[in-house]
Amino acid sequence: MTATATPPASRSRTPLAPAAAAPGGPRRQTGRHLMLGGIALLWLVPLLWAVYTSLRPYSDTTRHGYLSWPRSISLQNFSDAWSQSGMPHFFWNSVLITVPAVLGTLLFAAAVAFFVSRFDFRWNVALLMLFTAGNLIPAQVLITPLYRLYLLLPLPAWMSDSLLVYNSLWGIVFIHIAYQCGFCTFVLSNYMKTIPKEISEAALVDGAPVWRQFLQIVLPLCRPAFAALATLESIWIYNDFFWSLVLIQTGDKRPITSALANLQGQYFTNPNLIAAGALMTAIPTLLVYFALQRQFISGLTIGSGKG
Amino acid sequence: MSTVRTASRSSSRAHPRRSRQRSLGPGDRLFLTVVVGIPLLALLVFVWLPALASIGLSFTSWDGLTLSDIHWIGLDNYHQIFTNYPPFWPAVRHNVFWLLFTALLPTPFGVFLAYQLDRKIRFTRIYQTAIFMPMVLSLAVVGFIWEIIYNPDTGLLDGVISAVSSGHHIDWLGNPDLNLWAVLIASGWRHTGYIMILYLAGLKGFDPALKEAAALDGANGRQTFLRVVLPAMKPVNIIILVVTVMESLRAFDIVYVLGGGTGSKPGMELLSLLISDNIIGESSHIGYGSALAVILLLVSLAAIGTFLVQTFRKEDQ
Repeated sequence: MTATATPPASRSRTPLAPAAAAPGGPRRQTGRHLMLGGIALLWLVPLLWAVYTSLRPYSDTTRHGYLSWPRSISLQNFSDAWSQSGMPHFFWNSVLITVPAVLGTLLFAAAVAFFVSRFDFRWNVALLMLFTAGNLIPAQVLITPLYRLYLLLPLPAWMSDSLLVYNSLWGIVFIHIAYQCGFCTFVLSNYMKTIPKEISEAALVDGAPVWRQFLQIVLPLCRPAFAALATLESIWIYNDFFWSLVLIQTGDKRPITSALANLQGQYFTNPNLIAAGALMTAIPTLLVYFALQRQFISGLTIGSGKG
Repeated sequence: MSTVRTASRSSSRAHPRRSRQRSLGPGDRLFLTVVVGIPLLALLVFVWLPALASIGLSFTSWDGLTLSDIHWIGLDNYHQIFTNYPPFWPAVRHNVFWLLFTALLPTPFGVFLAYQLDRKIRFTRIYQTAIFMPMVLSLAVVGFIWEIIYNPDTGLLDGVISAVSSGHHIDWLGNPDLNLWAVLIASGWRHTGYIMILYLAGLKGFDPALKEAAALDGANGRQTFLRVVLPAMKPVNIIILVVTVMESLRAFDIVYVLGGGTGSKPGMELLSLLISDNIIGESSHIGYGSALAVILLLVSLAAIGTFLVQTFRKEDQ
């Protein structure tokens, strides 16, 4: 795990790899491709089926059954799902939750990681363990007292019209930050340990205050880790629906993932519309995944200890 | 709360110990206290305080309405759960079954795929992308995707079955003997890619010379993997074990969505769902739900502990 925790080391090993690739016989390679291709295709079937269903009009599928050749293909279901159910509004809620939560998580985690990895205070390991373990506690263990706590904590009117942390987007942002901070702290502190201490010691000798070391030296050097974590965390936070399911009462404040279940009964009355709605919800994460796949996977593997 | 104070106090106490570290000015110390104090406060208030409160509430009886109604009843909740709560033992059984299934099928399969993909073969990127894709989808979306496969009237599965052999429709998610399997397939669909990516990363750090040496000694693929690669990957193996255990214990979302979003259904009871059954909804038994949560926490602690020991043992040295 520590081998994967230091990206520079694993990267430097790549040039060796081509020499190591023992060429199997061409027949064995074909067999392997058939197997892997088959598995990959099998893995895509559920998704492709959803795409196929979503592209067909409801009238067509009722007449001919779902397992039939298409008589017509259109994006009508997507535009219906988009305009009838208020999906844009829920997407906006997701943005309002995801963006501050990711930024907050990274900022907090960076500060704690900096403290833990660049200084030799006595409680550092304990502190890091406290953060890391926090992320491993099952969410269901926290939810009851958290719900009660949210009903007690006030927020000013400009932040929450309920005047409470409960039933406000801020509440969801808070719990995401607190809960996800552990994982990011863990990854970032591993990363910061790979930055030579001499760099910041030189700055210290020059009389630079600690906050400048943090902002101007350490943070810029952590850019690759930030990119990886930001990708990973935005997908996780966007995808989450448990917190908002319990901590938000009003349906129209929910992010898209937890709103989806409500939309099913009210607006998405047939499987074609449901498929279209579900796929549209997935589009942002799929786009991020395709565009930033490298960051995503390296984020997952820098701290492959994500529980 | 007290930990905040100890942390900042220890920082001032600890720094004279260190000779290389030039003494921090008051401004530096204030900066460090603030930037660590705020996240720590957030962590303690929103994560550790609720976790401890759950433990406390598990010894009480409370309807969740007014705070003055909390009554201390000792171990009664636990006694009730173990002896007189019909869904409890099925839920435990299902959780164990979930763990065994995941540990025996998707996890080894993910490791197998990682081993197959960790060579210079063409299209490896495409294969990885396809198999890992379910992992980036929200479980809410995964739920809907499988819903339109399992649906007895309109789903793909029954469509295929009735095309091959006309006859009965199987209610995959409604039948209490089948629905856990149906959910496990959907969950394994996600889990395989996760394990594959984690293991691939581990294999990247594996010294290829060892594999070559084994090949020179005449070991075949299976022998090389079982005798050379697997033992050398011990840290990754532990991580994967912990991930598998944690995911099996925490399983909630996918069951919740495929169960129709109403709590636990016959055949699909899980500890995590029993907790929400007891604390959300009209008749909330907070103490009861908390006791269930504590049981879940205790079981998870084994996995959390293994993970922490594995991770931090090296750092203590």
